[in-house]
Amino acid sequence: MTTKLFGERVPRVEDQRFLRGRGRYVDDVLVGPGTLHAAVLRSPHAHARILDIDVSAVLDLEGVHAVWTHEDLDGVMADPLPLLIPHPALTHGRTQFALARDEVNHVGEAIAFVVADDRYVAEDAVDRIRVTYDFLPAVVGIEAARAATHLVHDDVPGNVGARMEQHHGDAPAAIAAAPRRLSLDLTIERSSCQPMEGRGVVARWDPDTSRLTVWSSTQTSTGVRGCVAARLGLDLAQVDVITPDVGGGFGVKINHPWPEELLVPMAARALGRPVKFTEDRREHFISSAHERGQVHHVEVGFDEDGRVLGLDVTFWHDHGAYSPYGLIVPIITATQLLGPYKPGAYRVQFESLFTNTVMVTPYRGAGRPQGCFVMERTMDAIAAELGLDRTAVRAANFIQPDEFPYDHGLVFQDGRELEYDSGDYPASLDKLKALIGWDGFPALQAEAAAEGRRIGIGLACYVEGTGVGPYEGAHVHVETSGKVKVAIGLTTQGQGHATVFAQIVADELGVPLEDVEVVSGDTRKMPYAVGTFASRAAVMSGSAVQLAAQAVREKALRIAAEALEADVADLEIVDGLVQVRGTDATLALGTVAVLSNPLRYAFDEASKAATQFAVGDPGKPPVAEDDEPGLEARDFYSPQRATFASGMHAVIVETDPDTAEVRILRYAVVHDCGRIINPMIVEGQIHGGVAQGVGGALYERMEYDDSGQLLNASFMDFLMPYVTEVPDTIEIDHLETPSPLNRLGIKGAGEAGVIPGSAAIAAAIEDAEGFPITAMPISPSELHALRQSKETP
Amino acid sequence: MTDTPTTDTSGTQRRDVTLRVNGAAHAISVEPRRLLSDALRHDCGLTGTHVGCEHGVCGACTVLVDGAPARSCLMLAVASEDVEITTVEGLTGADDSLGPVQQAFADCHGLQCGFCTPGFLTTITAGLRDNPTPTRDEAREMVAGNLCRCTGYQNIVAAVLRAAEIQGGGS
Repeated sequence: MTTKLFGERVPRVEDQRFLRGRGRYVDDVLVGPGTLHAAVLRSPHAHARILDIDVSAVLDLEGVHAVWTHEDLDGVMADPLPLLIPHPALTHGRTQFALARDEVNHVGEAIAFVVADDRYVAEDAVDRIRVTYDFLPAVVGIEAARAATHLVHDDVPGNVGARMEQHHGDAPAAIAAAPRRLSLDLTIERSSCQPMEGRGVVARWDPDTSRLTVWSSTQTSTGVRGCVAARLGLDLAQVDVITPDVGGGFGVKINHPWPEELLVPMAARALGRPVKFTEDRREHFISSAHERGQVHHVEVGFDEDGRVLGLDVTFWHDHGAYSPYGLIVPIITATQLLGPYKPGAYRVQFESLFTNTVMVTPYRGAGRPQGCFVMERTMDAIAAELGLDRTAVRAANFIQPDEFPYDHGLVFQDGRELEYDSGDYPASLDKLKALIGWDGFPALQAEAAAEGRRIGIGLACYVEGTGVGPYEGAHVHVETSGKVKVAIGLTTQGQGHATVFAQIVADELGVPLEDVEVVSGDTRKMPYAVGTFASRAAVMSGSAVQLAAQAVREKALRIAAEALEADVADLEIVDGLVQVRGTDATLALGTVAVLSNPLRYAFDEASKAATQFAVGDPGKPPVAEDDEPGLEARDFYSPQRATFASGMHAVIVETDPDTAEVRILRYAVVHDCGRIINPMIVEGQIHGGVAQGVGGALYERMEYDDSGQLLNASFMDFLMPYVTEVPDTIEIDHLETPSPLNRLGIKGAGEAGVIPGSAAIAAAIEDAEGFPITAMPISPSELHALRQSKETP
Repeated sequence: MTDTPTTDTSGTQRRDVTLRVNGAAHAISVEPRRLLSDALRHDCGLTGTHVGCEHGVCGACTVLVDGAPARSCLMLAVASEDVEITTVEGLTGADDSLGPVQQAFADCHGLQCGFCTPGFLTTITAGLRDNPTPTRDEAREMVAGNLCRCTGYQNIVAAVLRAAEIQGGGS
């Protein structure tokens, strides 16, 4: 190869089909009159017993094929959905049924499933189902859940699904002995992922082969496959799950199986016709998942330099009605809260509480935005208390570059020790201060004040554990044409996997990028995989792809050395040609692929070269004992623990003295995800994350009323940022601290951009206004109310 | 489960409609309530147009109706007969080359998951026809009615300016 592609701004190969309107998203699969369409009757009530479901009026409707309620479900289909991530602390985990049995616990819970000729008719049918309810009081919000005047689940005392504590050292004693102490109460509200494409699933049963094909807009095709096979009583070998193009995920599509992921395949098999379910936007609001809602109490003890001697955090996590994804979100808050700092002692305790609202599963950042908010607000409070510069307090608490690996003495979300592999936080802070002009800001602020304008600056630091196990794999196959086919098991939803993994393979095999095709999330091609979450694809699949490609390279060189009668050490691969260095002797990689597979039958010109009368030593078996035919390899990467990326954001805001609107004037990011495969794609991830961070800080929240109705379940009312809400420019500087845990030195980048948004923006508003900001998001009317409460105590 | 016999719904409620999309005629039979977005996708098989909210807010389903951007989820197929409709599939050249706005998105990394992209491409195509040389502020204004959850809009704005450059014969 002439130039390395690793590290280059390689344009995305997947764009070519997306830009022509030729993407294949789940609703684009099996378009046409042969496919039936499903609609779901969802509970209009937050908490109720179901006394009766009358579906008789559905039967008269033309075009309706079938309707199911819970009593129609057979065997394990009638059981509660799986609790995906059991944890010993989750003593009262609860999951929903595919269709509600006897009770509904949030508005939007699935009750009945109708299949009809098209979605319009299916929705007509849903409207004709009559359900008789006995209403129960709804538990909405953390305060009501803690009060436990009413219970979400009769058999969960106090609405407490889990209690968990972790500690390192004796934080209460350290705080009691500290020269200075502070207490803070900090709140983050609910939001949600809101990918532009909602959930969707299509299934086709083939009676001739007794096989089921399922297309799902999921972040884990292998997870869906396992669930579908188990619930439908099929062998794994009878189920193929294909993840087509996915219109964004951001976490919500990692949960599985959604009721429809089981009901659609069930219906397709029962009816002998392909069945499709495509979630609409209101359904996505009320029947997928939310995240972020947490209330935190902090006790901190520190010295006169701002060094944290003891940190004691208690928080309450709103888990919604069910807990299929276990305690991942609050465990991440509990552990990642520490960011780049090393408090003398740390204790964290949380309660995970059930409420009669949509369940909670990870949303990009997954508990980290809350943890970062808590830690960074604490750092700012310490600085204010001591009259120190906010960056100085942070610097006094940083883990230093020579202290890695740094073990916090806690257990991370993957059950492994929370041990940071590498980082350089002082260098990041220096870069950030230079990028935003931290030291010059007070002068700007004074100038603005002289003009009657209020501006403020804030910063926030985070560390993100990325690339958690257990493993990912890759299969690399060189065809006789010389084209390289790569399969990874995890799914893709816009991160550019088809480009970055092709970069790695092209470098390793010495082939042009355009000869490499990457397929993801198809269980027919890679049946062993985990999924796309926790910023893990680049680390996990990237490493697996590199290992598999390296194995192919070694095999290619071995075969070529024999054919060229050369030493392996003298060979190189350039532009798809194996050549002996310094000579004209070459062999195309495609020809090596031909030679790798001894044939009896020639099917084209190239394959003639591999027939038994053309190649091989008659004295040896055509395929050696320790070898396999074909120029291909499969390999897996399974790390001992996560790798820890980091970053720091700084923001300058202006708050309107009259309307209390918050305008972002500048937004600066310093980001360290180790070695970067494609800076263009990493920057795109940061841009998107920052926009979601801005949304979470200033606009997005789930407005539940006391009866558990979600009042803003549409894009009209849930305020996702348009371009007008996002800063015109996001200034980015990179630091590359390689991870020692994988050969490529990479760390994850997917979630980073969103993590410090609320923390940094709250700090900037606080700096502009001169009073503490302790709850996010903050609307203009809330900021106005805060101003008034400060003026009239 | 309760099963009912399959019945033909192509009865009196359906109307025969001919849609003119990307220069081709599509004769389809639809219920009067069928949204144009659904007709384009499911009856014409033009799945490049995407549906993100079905209440006219996100802009993913934007198509050009006689050249003007329109939310196809807010139109009925039966009311779309006497117009020329352009979808994302129609923005590509006759030789399948990318149109200028499409090329600009590729150049600027203006898309990630690609789901909202068709709505941006159609919107910008019309916007640049009305204003071929937008300022940066005008470029932002041009895309201010469309939602994207992936890109943070930075590279979409850059793509508007790049498309103007390509159309003006720039490099």
